[in-house]
Amino acid sequence: MSLLHLAILLPLLVSLFIPLLYKKIPSVHTGWFVLLVPLTLVVYFSQYISQTMAGKPVVATMNWIPSLDINFVAYVDGLGLLFALLITGIGSLVVLYSVYYLDPKKEALHNFYVYLLLFMTAMLGIVLSDNLIVMYLFWELTSISSFLLIGYWYERERSRYGAQKSMLITVFGGLSMLGGISILSLLSGSFSIRESLATVSTYNGDPLFTVALVLFLLAAFTKSAQFPFHIWLPDAMEAPTPVSAYLHSATMVKAGLYLVARMSPIFAETPLWFYLVSGVGMFTLFWGSLNAVKQVDLKAILAYSTISQLGLIMSLLGLGAAALQVDILPDSLYTIATVAAVFHLINHATFKGSLFMMAGIVDHETGTRDIRKLGGLSQLMPVTFTIATIGTLSMAGVPPFNGFLSKEMFLTGVLEVSQSGLFHLDTFGLLFPFFAVVGSMFTFVYSILIVYRTFLGQKKLEQLPKKPHEAPIGMLLAPLVLVSLVVLIGLFPNLLSNTLIRPAVEAILPKVVAEGGSISVDIKLWHGFNPELFLTLLIISVGTVLFLTLPKWSTLYNRMPTSVSLNHQYDGLLRRGEHASTAIHDTVMTGYMRSYLVYIFGFIVVLVLSSMYFLDAFKFDVDPLSTVHAYEVVLALVLVGSALSITFARSRLTSIILLGVVGYTVALFFVLFRAPDLALTQLVIETVSVALFLLVFYHMPEISRKEERIKFKLGNAAISALVGLSVTLVALASLSQRSFASIAQYYIDNVADLAAGGNMVNVILVDFRGFDTLFEISVLAIAGLGIYAMINFRKTGGIDK
Amino acid sequence: MAIAAGILTMCAVYLILSKSILRIIIGTGLLSHAAHLLVMTMGGLKTGAAPVIKDGVTQYTDPLPQALVLTAIVINFGVTAFFLVLAYRAYQELGTDNLEEMKGTDTHD
Amino acid sequence: MKTPTKKHTNDVILESSTTFITFIIFLFAVYLFFAGHYTPGGGFIGGLVTASALVLVLLAFDIQTLRQILPVDYKQMTAIGMLISVLTASGALLFNVPFFTHAHDYFNLPLFGKTSLHTAMLFDLGVYLVVVGVTMTIIQTIGESD
Repeated sequence: MSLLHLAILLPLLVSLFIPLLYKKIPSVHTGWFVLLVPLTLVVYFSQYISQTMAGKPVVATMNWIPSLDINFVAYVDGLGLLFALLITGIGSLVVLYSVYYLDPKKEALHNFYVYLLLFMTAMLGIVLSDNLIVMYLFWELTSISSFLLIGYWYERERSRYGAQKSMLITVFGGLSMLGGISILSLLSGSFSIRESLATVSTYNGDPLFTVALVLFLLAAFTKSAQFPFHIWLPDAMEAPTPVSAYLHSATMVKAGLYLVARMSPIFAETPLWFYLVSGVGMFTLFWGSLNAVKQVDLKAILAYSTISQLGLIMSLLGLGAAALQVDILPDSLYTIATVAAVFHLINHATFKGSLFMMAGIVDHETGTRDIRKLGGLSQLMPVTFTIATIGTLSMAGVPPFNGFLSKEMFLTGVLEVSQSGLFHLDTFGLLFPFFAVVGSMFTFVYSILIVYRTFLGQKKLEQLPKKPHEAPIGMLLAPLVLVSLVVLIGLFPNLLSNTLIRPAVEAILPKVVAEGGSISVDIKLWHGFNPELFLTLLIISVGTVLFLTLPKWSTLYNRMPTSVSLNHQYDGLLRRGEHASTAIHDTVMTGYMRSYLVYIFGFIVVLVLSSMYFLDAFKFDVDPLSTVHAYEVVLALVLVGSALSITFARSRLTSIILLGVVGYTVALFFVLFRAPDLALTQLVIETVSVALFLLVFYHMPEISRKEERIKFKLGNAAISALVGLSVTLVALASLSQRSFASIAQYYIDNVADLAAGGNMVNVILVDFRGFDTLFEISVLAIAGLGIYAMINFRKTGGIDK
Repeated sequence: MAIAAGILTMCAVYLILSKSILRIIIGTGLLSHAAHLLVMTMGGLKTGAAPVIKDGVTQYTDPLPQALVLTAIVINFGVTAFFLVLAYRAYQELGTDNLEEMKGTDTHD
Repeated sequence: MKTPTKKHTNDVILESSTTFITFIIFLFAVYLFFAGHYTPGGGFIGGLVTASALVLVLLAFDIQTLRQILPVDYKQMTAIGMLISVLTASGALLFNVPFFTHAHDYFNLPLFGKTSLHTAMLFDLGVYLVVVGVTMTIIQTIGESD
């Protein structure tokens, strides 16, 4: 356990004390205590910058399950560190914001902050662990904490729906990632990402490799809300706004991007990877922006915008994958796409974070997020208006903000790739610039929409639930920090280029570094008059026209039938799944114990007979049975006879007596088998149990048999005959074929020396296998207490149904 | 012996599948007898002296199945007693010893 | 105490022979218990035999008589037995922690040399108490139930 592990687990540890703090110190908003955690971590992680800049990743190992090669290996490289800083940095601001957003008197703050800290640890765990299994663990933990946070206002029906939806989709992705991890570890022989990478050339031709690739991508696409899995993100907006800003725009949804970036060195040389990542990303960019325009809820617009922006980064990562084909391409042509991806990742976190917080402020101060009711707030809320303007302009890709820079680089990457002819892009490569440009146009439209409808235009104060006024300074602080970052990065982009971007890009494209290529990150505000600039101008002008004519063409959205929409499909799938499982449940689970027993016995028969058949175990050797004495035959006959007659016995007394006969005969057999202890025990037990039976039967009615039909009996007889047959076969087979010596010889040899005893059975019981006996007497004690409870506590547990 | 164990199992299963709870309990008792015989049979029969160390004896019967069966016998006793009382209490509360009638009414809501 | 076979009318022969026989069974049980380590016997059998002796008393007389002879709460007896067994087991584990890494799984209760007889016996005593306790709890609660 190193300091690094402690840092990852710190939020989790602190979360244990949150409920206590909330209860004991109600005068101070719990958020202030929570704020210390991400702040500490930001400072802690920033000291790693110098090491990742030098290209020296830090590794710390904590043994967890070494025998299975599952250890908590914390691994800090450029990519991991970038995410860690993002998580803790945005985390600090979000916590600060939440202090003013959540009313300590009305809200269950302890729940909220426990979930939030849980998420923080989970997210740090994903980006900083090298072991895939550990990463998977944290991955699912983010899904769970996201579920809890979306369902934070659990009394709202929409919250529960959204929480369930996100859970189902992201956990489905997580499970497919587990499948991918299993396949990958089978191929590479290791759960470590670095070790898998080192040996990738030895197994990347395997057909299973492609399966693993697809499974990993499924996980990434579901988490990062890529088409067609994006449908959970808009519903996740039911969460409190700080959560939306944190999980659903800045961090958790980027876990998918992280996964793609992290696995790029392993998978990226496969053409399928390139097609899927860039294609799906590009289409998501287009689809998300198209859908954002028709939304009327501020947060819904932002949700679709996030989907679209995530698609943009995803497609950039896909395009960047082409850089790994360096042998057929000129140097560092495509690295620009990866650089743009990383750069946009940071930018998106800043402007989208500020926009979400802005939406939260508007909601908080006016009581609604519906843009049809809002309008003309610019004079009432000037600071919020400024935040919104800068954020949206950056998102729309207008200079001089940081969004413009990364969007320019995005266009460069798209243009270059469409001209390269790599992977037969010359045929349909033109689709890439098309989707990119059209997506950007719609991005422009909804960006303007947000500002215009909320802050400009007519004042409609009478429609607002509250009288709007500017938010308190504390609430404005966090978005203001983010917005100033937007401007700062826009004007001085190279502040980041060497400290954060280059190490991260090097981690995504290790092959470029390994082959001597250098990655130089030089981001300029002014590139001269090049195609990208003209495209930007085109986007802005067409976007403006589209915005002005919006009322004329927005009706087109209503033409799309709801029955084909993805949400409709999802709901239908869920409903059909429920129906199917209920139907299966109703036919299988009849409620009759007999049905279940039939399943069990049937399965035993099938299992035993088929495994014996496949293992070719039907060999019988009668040698060990050869010496059968006459009295043994007599005993066996008595045994079998009494057992058979129990089944026909009409009176219960006869049954009990016959059972007793069986028991005593078995005891006699134990004598013959040279087992004196068993014989003694069996005799005594039999006596006591017969007494017990008699005692209980005294209170019970006669056995009723009248309703048992002949068909019922025949069915039972057939099943029992089959079970009996398979047991006989197993016994014969095991007797005839001894594939290994009994381990009992060990006991026989050592009983006198090690345990100083003479009676092997007893020594085994109390000494060699003491645990068995310990648990046995525990079972006995539990049974005794259960009986005591059933008899003596009848009043309390009886008839309350 | 294997056949005897098989027949015992058969009778036991037949009893367990019936409707009367008492017959089911008798069935479980019978089933455990069958299982004990099965384990003993599989462990090999009569291969030596009783597993108590004596001078001059080198061949012992395998003690391990015996130890296992001893444990099983005692547990079986506990479980049978538990079943019996369960049946008794169920009869007292529900007034029937027929499993079909005891079926819960867990309708889906 | 009602049994299905007989009401507790005074059966002189049964009662007087029971007092005698019970005593013998008791002694036999104690013998079995102590003999367990070397010859057939041990905690299980000893416990069961003891319990059957007590059941005999129960059948011959009734619960009140048994209570007078042996005023023991059998549930507590079970608990004490469990405690003894667990403590013996964990004590050995604690005591022999260094052994644990060397030895096989069979050595869950590694007992060596002279101490072995001692602790194994303690463990068996726990088993004995649990068996007697549980058996008597069961019989007694069912018997008392109406």
